[in-house]
Amino acid sequence: MNRISEEEPPRERGAVEQLASDPASRKRFLKMLGGGGAAAASFGLLLNACGGGDSDDGGGAKVETSKGPDAAPPSAPPPKPAADVDIVNYALTLEYVEADFYRAVIERGLFTGSRLDLLKVIGDHELQHVEALANTVGALGGTPAAKPRTRFRLGSPSAVAALAATVENLGASAYLGQAGNIQSKEVLAAALSIHTVEARHAAALNRLTGRPPTPQGAFAKPATMAQVLPQVMPFIVS
Amino acid sequence: MDNSKLAAPELAAVEIHGFTRGAFIMRAVLAAGSVYGLQTVGPFVNEALAQDKAGDIEILNFALTLEFLETAFYRSAEGLSGEAAALARTFGDEEAEHVAALTKAIRGLGGTPAKKPMASFPKGDQAAFLKLAQTLEDTGVSAYNGAAPKIQAKEVLAAAGTIVQVEARHAASIRLLNGEDPAPVAFDRTLTQKQVLRAVEPFIGA
Repeated sequence: MNRISEEEPPRERGAVEQLASDPASRKRFLKMLGGGGAAAASFGLLLNACGGGDSDDGGGAKVETSKGPDAAPPSAPPPKPAADVDIVNYALTLEYVEADFYRAVIERGLFTGSRLDLLKVIGDHELQHVEALANTVGALGGTPAAKPRTRFRLGSPSAVAALAATVENLGASAYLGQAGNIQSKEVLAAALSIHTVEARHAAALNRLTGRPPTPQGAFAKPATMAQVLPQVMPFIVS
Repeated sequence: MDNSKLAAPELAAVEIHGFTRGAFIMRAVLAAGSVYGLQTVGPFVNEALAQDKAGDIEILNFALTLEFLETAFYRSAEGLSGEAAALARTFGDEEAEHVAALTKAIRGLGGTPAKKPMASFPKGDQAAFLKLAQTLEDTGVSAYNGAAPKIQAKEVLAAAGTIVQVEARHAASIRLLNGEDPAPVAFDRTLTQKQVLRAVEPFIGA
């Protein structure tokens, strides 16, 4: 079978560093992840992910999640559940963007027949993920991230299908990238049950767009927050 | 057994031989999946491994047994054509890579890799092959998802994650060939452990 090389997601650290230094986009990102401590912690996670954990985040608390709880500074103790809350809120934000994407695509009326049916099914799954993740954040004692306002440039049907495939492959790699960071076994099980559904979506959309179902071969590649967020930010208005 | 009453009768036709723990759990997985449906597999594996107090090596050996089974299945393909033939070749190669990686990981942890089990599959036409392929891949996804939360080492969990995503992609692709929804549900796990324990009780004593 033809192995069409998958577009490698950009691995630019620069974009995240830029996010860290640009107050406007930082504000946008913090707002997107919900206010207060959770947002600061998420930003700490992000900075950690890109190796810039020492920057002053402007929000007061400096969170260093790479160290164990014993090593945490007393001014900002990151309790274990908080880390899971941040990861789930990150996933929630991605799912909000995905759900909104399919809503926009379906509204635009670009597709009919079986392709429309597939997009409807996938969009419905993303909505269910949103609901489950928001409930999970609540169950963990956190505040669910606010629904971001989104914007998508929707061109031809083939361009939109390609974008959908890109988004789903990114989503699958984003979940995979967090599996090792999740503390709670229950949260991990929930994340895994979504991860493989994102992978199924990705494979289906790859087929729709003439890409191989397993573009990375026998082993899927994870993506860190630092790799994922710069690719998602263009879709988020506020 | 009256196959007409089974949730996934094609699984009942798969035979796996051997006396390793992995082969034993795998036989129970096939039995549970065929009788009660694939949604029972993940929680069953989770529970079986918990009862074993299985460590990472046992979990990896179970995964290895599953990958041996899948590799043998794709290698057994005969007379396929078109996209089915291409996918069976690619997926079979990828399962073989999983076998190699898991074997290496088990040795890396100081364990002894499970032996390749003898397995036999029913002979049939392309449609029958694809139906069983779909069931085996969906079973694989459920099995990994059921086992993963039991894994202790982050590195082992990460490795399992990179594999299960590929299993899910296989499952979705085969489902599309079969004219089915690539992702039949929004979550690849639907029953609680309690529900499943009740369902698989007859097999646990066996």
